Amino acid sequence: MSADVIVVGAGIIGAACAAELARRGMSVNVVDAGGVGGGATAAGMGHLVVMNDSPAEFALSHFSRGLWLELAPELRERDAFVRCGTLWAADDEAELSAARDMHAAFAARGVHASMLDQSALREAEPALAHSLRGGLLVEDDGIVYAPSACEWLLARSPNAARIRVSANLCATSITAGRVTFSNGESRSAAHVVVANGLAARELVNAPLVAKKGHLLITDRYPGFIRHQLLELGYIKSAHHAAGTSVAFNAQPRPTGQLLIGSSRQFDTEDPVVEMDILARMLRRAARYLPSLPALNGIRAWTGFRAASPDGLPLIGSLGDPAERLWMAVGHEGLGVTTSLGTARLLVAQMLGEPDGVAGIPAGAFAPNRFVREPANG
Amino acid sequence: MVDTTLIGILIDGAGFQVLPFTTVAAAIALHGNRVSRRSVTGQARNVLCGMGVCQECGVTIDGHAHVLGCQTLCCEGMLIETAS
Repeated sequence: MSADVIVVGAGIIGAACAAELARRGMSVNVVDAGGVGGGATAAGMGHLVVMNDSPAEFALSHFSRGLWLELAPELRERDAFVRCGTLWAADDEAELSAARDMHAAFAARGVHASMLDQSALREAEPALAHSLRGGLLVEDDGIVYAPSACEWLLARSPNAARIRVSANLCATSITAGRVTFSNGESRSAAHVVVANGLAARELVNAPLVAKKGHLLITDRYPGFIRHQLLELGYIKSAHHAAGTSVAFNAQPRPTGQLLIGSSRQFDTEDPVVEMDILARMLRRAARYLPSLPALNGIRAWTGFRAASPDGLPLIGSLGDPAERLWMAVGHEGLGVTTSLGTARLLVAQMLGEPDGVAGIPAGAFAPNRFVREPANG
Repeated sequence: MVDTTLIGILIDGAGFQVLPFTTVAAAIALHGNRVSRRSVTGQARNVLCGMGVCQECGVTIDGHAHVLGCQTLCCEGMLIETAS
């Protein structure tokens, strides 16, 4: 029952790490307290998007999106990969100016994007409010159905024969080379990777907070929208550190359904759908898509993003690299996008590759950046 | 005095008459329709719960897609499109 590596967590991060470890020749045992692709992976939108709020976030999301685009031809129809692009919509002159800045920053880093004026925006997305001033279209962004992609990574990826998945196994403690579970069982491996999101708080005291989000999915209205649509204010909302906020985010599913977000709340881990928050979120969406209220919503749900103090994930050694305890958690709302890049970055460290991954500043993601130095030395 | 004036509607282009307070779901059943909508994979679906929960009676009414037939009363001149 021993493997080279035990990965705790079968969400998109754990699955990506397992597939990468297998690709590099290692045998992997993936364990999860639930099943494959649950938790935040199942709750989220699966939007593959380049974000540029910090150089580190840009580097990881851009690199990872490239890996998704490479992987896309291998994926199945059920994995629902679509290169639909992201359209950032500008509501006023200030946002239009922010879009131009994003455009320039992307152009400088080799990310293809185009500015749309008011009439080009109307042509690209006729359902958007005609009062919007324009937008930025990032053509190579896309979407994927993450729970299904998890299953592909763990069971269908080229070296998946080296991966074994154990569901309903809740890790309660880890030490160098050993994981102990709530049923009393323990398993050993040369390396242990903690990739169980918010549950890493209990397991390894990871400095994470939960950001609750609501989503709603509609019935099928094919062609209603064509790109993943976001308001430029989303970036501000996504980085609020406290309070409740909503921002417009809509995704065209391949079925013709619309997935509508987004909300952010702190200080609650109750998964109940809160009607007042859902209403605020939908009112926000209706400002951008005025005919949205005429559509049928068929289901709403919530999920919890695992957010670190600085908004960047924790990827790397848990403490002393010689102990071979590793973590990849805290991806907040960007875990599906950054999963494949996270796996490359982590596995390069696990294998002791001195150059790491070209262009990715590993230090910005190092878990020890949150370790406080003792006050008295 | 009960009003029994019949209401004229169109189901998939065919004229049909129903009593007042007939739901769209009832009308399409009376009309002999066996398919209200199609699933994502094209499978036939028809009215099931009759109380607005199962979503299987969604039809296009006066151009609006996915309107629940069991929660909508027929009115004069209504255009109903099913997936039959």
